[in-house]
Amino acid sequence: MELKEKLIASFMAFENLVDIDSPVHDVRSEAIKEFETKGFPSRRDEAWKYTSLNSILKHDYSVFPKSESHIDYNDIKKYFIHDIDTYKIVFIDGKYSSHLSETTHDGVDICLMSSALSKPKYRPIIENYFNKVAAKDGLTSLNTAFSQEGAYIHIPKNKSVAKPIQIIHFSTGNEAALMLQPRNLIVVDENSHVQIVERHQSLTENPVLTNSVTEIFADKRAIVDYYKIQNDNENASLIDSTFINQKQESCATVHTFSFGGKLTRNNLNFYQNGERIDSTLKGATIIGNRQHVDHNTLVHHIEPNCESHQDYKGIFDDHATGVFNGKVLVNREAQKTNAFQANNNILIGDKASINTKPQLEIFADDVKCSHGCTIGQLDESAMFYMRSRGIPEKEAKALLMYAFSNNVLSSVKIPEIKQRITNIIAKKLGVNIGFDL
Amino acid sequence: MLKIIDLHASVEDKAILKGINLEINAGEVHAIMGPNGSGKSTLASVIAGKEDYEVTQGDILFEDESINELAPEERAHKGVFLSFQYPTEIPGVSVTNFMKTAINETRKARKLGDMPANEMLKMIREKSEMLEIDRKFLSRSLNEGFSGGEKKRNEIFQLAMLEPKLAILDETDSGLDIDALRIVASGVNKIKSKDNAVIIITHYQRLLDYIIPDFVHVMFEGRIVKSGGKELALELEEKGYDWIREEVNA
Repeated sequence: MELKEKLIASFMAFENLVDIDSPVHDVRSEAIKEFETKGFPSRRDEAWKYTSLNSILKHDYSVFPKSESHIDYNDIKKYFIHDIDTYKIVFIDGKYSSHLSETTHDGVDICLMSSALSKPKYRPIIENYFNKVAAKDGLTSLNTAFSQEGAYIHIPKNKSVAKPIQIIHFSTGNEAALMLQPRNLIVVDENSHVQIVERHQSLTENPVLTNSVTEIFADKRAIVDYYKIQNDNENASLIDSTFINQKQESCATVHTFSFGGKLTRNNLNFYQNGERIDSTLKGATIIGNRQHVDHNTLVHHIEPNCESHQDYKGIFDDHATGVFNGKVLVNREAQKTNAFQANNNILIGDKASINTKPQLEIFADDVKCSHGCTIGQLDESAMFYMRSRGIPEKEAKALLMYAFSNNVLSSVKIPEIKQRITNIIAKKLGVNIGFDL
Repeated sequence: MLKIIDLHASVEDKAILKGINLEINAGEVHAIMGPNGSGKSTLASVIAGKEDYEVTQGDILFEDESINELAPEERAHKGVFLSFQYPTEIPGVSVTNFMKTAINETRKARKLGDMPANEMLKMIREKSEMLEIDRKFLSRSLNEGFSGGEKKRNEIFQLAMLEPKLAILDETDSGLDIDALRIVASGVNKIKSKDNAVIIITHYQRLLDYIIPDFVHVMFEGRIVKSGGKELALELEEKGYDWIREEVNA
């Protein structure tokens, strides 16, 4: 049976088990119909021209893992930001792991999607926000239909969450092949502030496909700072769709660090529904072998006096392939928009490639919009300069690559994350650099 | 210390160096002068190991060992330093971090541990004061947005930090105003000792007013055609290079 048919068949069994009398039930039914009509995207779709899902859709994925798995914290500690105090929402093979998690209901709700979907006290938030900003494409609809587990975060007015929140999904390999559909809902009310780190980690060589959807709502003057650390093994693939709805004077930043995985697709969508909004999208991609990372971004400027900043850096070795497709849409009403976009790439491997496509659709006449993309090799004269000062070739290369991605690292606000990313880059490049950027 | 024997080098099959012979001992300062295109900068790059140039004949001995086949960093580890005519901008790497990396990599190659942080800081402070470099300057990205004079001063700062045995200054005087020239020259004079040697590549006499050479060589069409004492530089300043050209062609 093809994966699509298998999923639809599985849904029938699933839907009678969950939230039968809740409004979410209808949302699911609608969503599975959408998926049935649209299916998985193919390269005939403009937005998927350079990314084929064929090789990852061919596995016979388990949709509902049979048994719950236990993992010992010490075996996976390294995947956590563990040197600072954080809230943790941890899932193993799609199921919530209470012993690895640290949630709270003290003034804020940092807990589980499954509780939020089933308990009446969360119903107002679910009714107002669930599936309200997510798109209706095939993959997102598939996730919506199967939405069951993930993070539910609601920060009421005037709260600054003292600790960052980590959302981590582990897969154990108990299933020969596993497909996960995590769904996160993050609602940040007026004047509130939250920092979130998200990570998907496979602990097995078995293929894993994660189709993750995150909806974020940033109310007036809210600050959302989101970090996606993508350093999974090369049998795991991730399709991440994140939708952010911003209200006036809110500030949302998403950093995406893509170093691992077989195929990674990031659909990152910002909708600016208010004035004086700031949206920042930053990405650093360092991949090799036959890895593939595709960043597909959208910033929709709907109202006047807003800003958006996009800065994506990519380093591609071996046969690795990259895609950057950045769309900036400026409505006619969105005067005085400042929108910047940069995508810079270095190809190290002779067989590596990048397809980069800025798309600016501007209907307002008083705006400042810029974009630039570059594709180059490492600067040979800089290499000679550094080597002549005693820095060996490999370290010199690494230093140049560090420097190249530094723009993206410099805006990371949590020092432990910056340190972590620096270490990952050093390891990735096989060097030990005696300082941190 | 350095012995260059019948050195021929070419870039993309074009011969640039056509038989250079030069011997430099510890404690000496040599100036290499000559008109544009005579091969001065190529000689500097070839000694430092730039891979764009192919050595087609001859040898370069450093402390009696051939360094012809060595990578640029290996030559640096042995104590060769090239101050660039056009230092490369490296955005994202601060002067301090670059220096730390260069020093510790060199120490690693010499089987020494990392320089302790306090020692490093002390050294950075001393050497930057010697070259009248502002502390703020040290946290800026290497050479990025530096003025011509700042770049050159930063080169000499690195020279002072790395303490090489052989320092090659490739047109360090170009783009310097008279104050910067004096600072740079006095820096070089302080570094100079009986154990190290300096090669100054320049068009003009003016740097040689401050750093007095023991020997002056004139390069012309890929060869050293004339050598002499410091008075040769003055003669060149006065008479230009035409008489050299005539002498060679005669």
